[in-house]
Amino acid sequence: MSDFVSGGDGNGGGKVGGENGGKNGDGKGADKNGVGDGLVLRARGLTKRYGRVVALDGADFDLRPREILGMIGDNGAGKSSLIKALTGAIAIDEGEMFLNGEAFRFHSPLEARRAGIETVYQNLALSPALSIADNMFMGREIRRRGFLGKYFRALDRREMQRVAREKLNDLGLMTIQNINQAVETLSGGQRQGVAVARAAAFGSRVVILDEPTAALGVKESRRVLELIQDVRARDLSVVLISHDMPHIFEVADRVHIHRLGRRLCVVDPRVHSMADAVAFMTGAREPPVEAR
Amino acid sequence: MSHTPQDAPAFDARRLSPLGRVQHILHRNPTLVPVIVLLASVGAFGLLAGEKFFSPFNLSLIIQQVSIIGILAAAQSLVILTAGIDLSVAAIMVLISVITGSLAVKLNVPPSLAILCGLFAGALAGAMNGVLVTRFRLPPFIVTLGTWNIFFALNLWLSGAQSIRSQDIDEAAPLLKFFGNNIAVGGARLTYGSVLMVVIFAALWYLLNRTAWGRHVYAIGDDRDAAELAGIRTARTLISVYALAGLVCAVGAWAAIGRVGSVSPQSFYEGNLQSITAVVIGGISLFGGRGSIMGALFGALIVGVFQSGLRLIGVDVLWQVFAIGWLIILAVAIDQWIRKLAA
Ligand SMILES: Nc1ncnc2c1ncn2[C@@H]1O[C@H](COP(=O)(O)OP(=O)(O)OP(=O)(O)O)[C@@H](O)[C@H]1O
Ligand SMILES: [Mg+2]
Repeated sequence: MSDFVSGGDGNGGGKVGGENGGKNGDGKGADKNGVGDGLVLRARGLTKRYGRVVALDGADFDLRPREILGMIGDNGAGKSSLIKALTGAIAIDEGEMFLNGEAFRFHSPLEARRAGIETVYQNLALSPALSIADNMFMGREIRRRGFLGKYFRALDRREMQRVAREKLNDLGLMTIQNINQAVETLSGGQRQGVAVARAAAFGSRVVILDEPTAALGVKESRRVLELIQDVRARDLSVVLISHDMPHIFEVADRVHIHRLGRRLCVVDPRVHSMADAVAFMTGAREPPVEAR
Repeated sequence: MSHTPQDAPAFDARRLSPLGRVQHILHRNPTLVPVIVLLASVGAFGLLAGEKFFSPFNLSLIIQQVSIIGILAAAQSLVILTAGIDLSVAAIMVLISVITGSLAVKLNVPPSLAILCGLFAGALAGAMNGVLVTRFRLPPFIVTLGTWNIFFALNLWLSGAQSIRSQDIDEAAPLLKFFGNNIAVGGARLTYGSVLMVVIFAALWYLLNRTAWGRHVYAIGDDRDAAELAGIRTARTLISVYALAGLVCAVGAWAAIGRVGSVSPQSFYEGNLQSITAVVIGGISLFGGRGSIMGALFGALIVGVFQSGLRLIGVDVLWQVFAIGWLIILAVAIDQWIRKLAA
């Protein structure tokens, strides 16, 4: 993976091929999925406290190879905290995590990214004053070939702009006309589109989306759902956090229901209805024993 | 979809009032304000003071006079772009000139080696600021307020509060005065130090705008948490920014020996604030992430032009200071106005 996601300071990813734009990297990521315990990601007993607030209270998590895992839960249930813990954005107090069966702990989002895990955080993690192209390639810039790139570390801006434009078109975000436009001049939905396009383009093992459609219109949300399925078709696993039940039930293979800082149960959307899921989520009904 | 991406406007300019349009243009090119102010002030003083001001000799003299503060402003810009501030730039510079001068003149170290030691010490002093800011999570203002005093005290201790005289430098290490040499072009007399300042700005502009490192610097100044989540090693990048700023100050120290002719531990005491003035007048936002480093060059030149112009038309020094004060406030007001667009 690291030859593709080469990020870091000033050593921009000169090796990201123009054509595939980093799509699926070298393909090895997908092959590695599913060895060991048969799970891409597994977490047990994750605990995270903020002073007296317990954001994660012994949370478990399982992500299978090539699946779309929906995640639902009330506001403040700890969904975002869980994926931040998994991706190294916050340090957990207790618990263990496994990547393809091997214990790991990321110390920064960069490490997660190098392992092929791309995340759209709820607050998007974009730099408002920088351009769309700059943001898409943040930390994995493409350097120019030849002398200028090698000795003067010159960026290949034209290539980055071309790929960025292509990725946004894939998402149907044609209303963005100028790839050099500052992100702060975009609408909320367009910003979300940029963040999703970035994650989908560069993920090579897992793509995690924390409420990626919250600000999107009907048409754009549809494109994001299609994109999620495209990503899975590339043999990646996807985690989709959303408050939009119909979206979750449309695309998810399994639905992880989060409640009060821990995983309550995992249900099969073909077996349980949305009404069931809401009842479990809010505590109105006990989840079925086999789903725990 | 018929637009080509390059020429498509980022907003619908037709719907904006003239003022709104100006705001948008400035939002995209924050350096436009200092450029206009610089050209207008050169024009105005050219009319008011005539030949005395608008001669190649006087204009090159202005560049020479601002060269040291300009170099400090280049270092300052780096730090301010990360939403920090460096109150220690001038203290680092004077400390390095004392170290370099003492090594070469008092301890008879070969001049080139003394200069190398100085450059290294400058980068180290800057890195110390960076480490304190990132690893210990202290505010840059406080850290550099502290190191300003520390470096100033070290400088007095090392020098014994004594200057190194010009003749002694000429005898022992003329290389230290290299940047005081000049090239005469027509009536203009460009010192090597003036050229050095421009070269430093050009190099830093390249780093900031054409390399990944530069993009990361802007991203950190914009929103450090977002940059971290996007996979930037923000602490490491910040340390490199402070270290580079220290290195630039050390280069400035070498140039300053050439400019002043001697090494004085008491010189450039106001350099810190003057460098911040140049950066602010240059349209670089104190909130980080916005503005071009070239703005700081124009900012330094604007200050030089006002000082020279007002002096030549016979205005008392106190009114020069008065004018600069208003320029600072005006520049910050414009920055606030431009940044409203981002909200
Ligand atoms: N940085 C923080 N400092 C203090 N408390 C925090 C912090 N981040 C999260 N929390 C707390 O942790 C709990 C879980 O928050 P989290 O953001 O994970 O919820 P969520 O399930 O993602 O909610 P939502 O659906 O609203 O996004 C909340 O009670 C929140 O107040
Ligand atoms: Mg959340």
